[in-house]
Amino acid sequence: MAAETSMPTPVPFVQPEVKVFWDATAEGKLLLPKCSDCSALIWFPRPFCPSCGSLNVDWSTQASGKGTIYSYTVNYRGAGDLPEYREPVPYVLAYVELEEGPRIMTNIVECDPASVKIGQAVELVWHDTGEGTALYRFRPATR
Amino acid sequence: MTIRGKAFIVGSYEHPGRRLPDKSVSQIHAEVCIAALKDAGLGLNDVDGLFYTGQLSMGATALSDYMGLNNLKVLDTTMTGGSSPVIHIGHAAMAIATGRCNVALVSLAARPRSERAMRAAPNPEASFEQVFGTNTIAMYALAARRHMYEFGTTSEQLAWVKVAASQHAQHNEHALLRDVVTVEDVVNSRLLSDPLHLLDTCVVTDSGGAIVMANPEVAKSLGRTRVKILGCAEAPKHSNNGKIDLTYTGGRFTGPRAFEEAGVTPKDVKYASIYDSFTITVVETLEDLGFCEKGKGGSFVADGNLISGTGKLPVNTDGGGLCNNHPGMGGMFKILEAVRQMQGTAHPKVQVPNCDIALVHGTGGSLGTRMGSSTVILGQEDA
Repeated sequence: MAAETSMPTPVPFVQPEVKVFWDATAEGKLLLPKCSDCSALIWFPRPFCPSCGSLNVDWSTQASGKGTIYSYTVNYRGAGDLPEYREPVPYVLAYVELEEGPRIMTNIVECDPASVKIGQAVELVWHDTGEGTALYRFRPATR
Repeated sequence: MTIRGKAFIVGSYEHPGRRLPDKSVSQIHAEVCIAALKDAGLGLNDVDGLFYTGQLSMGATALSDYMGLNNLKVLDTTMTGGSSPVIHIGHAAMAIATGRCNVALVSLAARPRSERAMRAAPNPEASFEQVFGTNTIAMYALAARRHMYEFGTTSEQLAWVKVAASQHAQHNEHALLRDVVTVEDVVNSRLLSDPLHLLDTCVVTDSGGAIVMANPEVAKSLGRTRVKILGCAEAPKHSNNGKIDLTYTGGRFTGPRAFEEAGVTPKDVKYASIYDSFTITVVETLEDLGFCEKGKGGSFVADGNLISGTGKLPVNTDGGGLCNNHPGMGGMFKILEAVRQMQGTAHPKVQVPNCDIALVHGTGGSLGTRMGSSTVILGQEDA
């Protein structure tokens, strides 16, 4: 399920109230928390709805893994905020707009950074952190 | 009630340092506050309001202890990044307007050039952002790339913001970068995170600055009525529950509110200090504040339109964060140059004639995720 990668795979800090999200990543599932009262999707994952304030969050919705690139940048120089990114090769930081709607921050991988374009169709790929979680990244759609 | 006309800036001071490895942040605060009070003809015992970002552990308590402020009635450590002091003007004006305090210190000090880390502990969103290799420049680059995609903004247009800043900075003896640059210099400088180049970014300094604000009676007694607060507004602009739009800033909310309170329009503004962490920051902000239509910011800043004396809207005549001074948080220096312009004490080569209305806008945080924005409009005694 998880792909090989040379990208850093920092272990995300798991806030206890969203552990269900990170546990699901180990099974290759990108959960989209959804408000049980107003049906809004919640991103970034939180245990309440920032649209209506409800505490009733449904964790059963799973993203299809398909989306398009909303924006991107090729980081050529300068370390990332986390120590795992101290010595970057060029990497692509991006917002992907999932077909379900949310625009989520991620990386675009498995392609020449120079080929990345806004609007490009992408699909989900998982990178194991080695500690019971996986990072959701995207590559050009294979279609 | 409104704050319009209820508070004045009566003293100000910019620390002349740019590299301060041997001073603590507390000490820089103390130096700039005491000097700003001295400029106003006041002392520490006159102060009953303290406003700063609270970056010390235990915030306002620690700094008031260090500085021996024993008469405080209002403390505020609103922290929104670089826009904080611009927000603090509004908070101080509100406190003064309601009589909760009469003399307020708004202070900023930071040493990112000498220290490495300015970060705080993990926030809830960090796990969904930092793991992908965020850094400050890359996140602003995300906004620049989207703005270029939606509106056709070019790197050359962004470069004009730095060109203008350098034209101003050449006259500023304290500016970190004083060399005039061209559009070619900017677009040929090293690409850091596509599409932002080295010269699209602000300087990193150690420095500080402070202002003193007071009620009208105190201002009159000091003979300091040239810098009146006409309108203030503050707002966050953030990732909007997964519906982030990278092409606008919180200026969309704060601009109209500040202009309405002040009773003036963008056409009345003779000088503007626009937060310039990056060239793209200025372009988006000018659109949001109404100096031009959304999407036209690139052409607005091009061809020297921001240069004092020749452009239609003089911006950041001290050289801005892009060339003069930016210790990680730049809002104070935006305020200070606007104060100089209103007082007529800016460098003669950049002083705007008859500067009776000025605007200050702060953007703290990141165009790529979330920011705190604030707009303050300044007028003169009879405004």
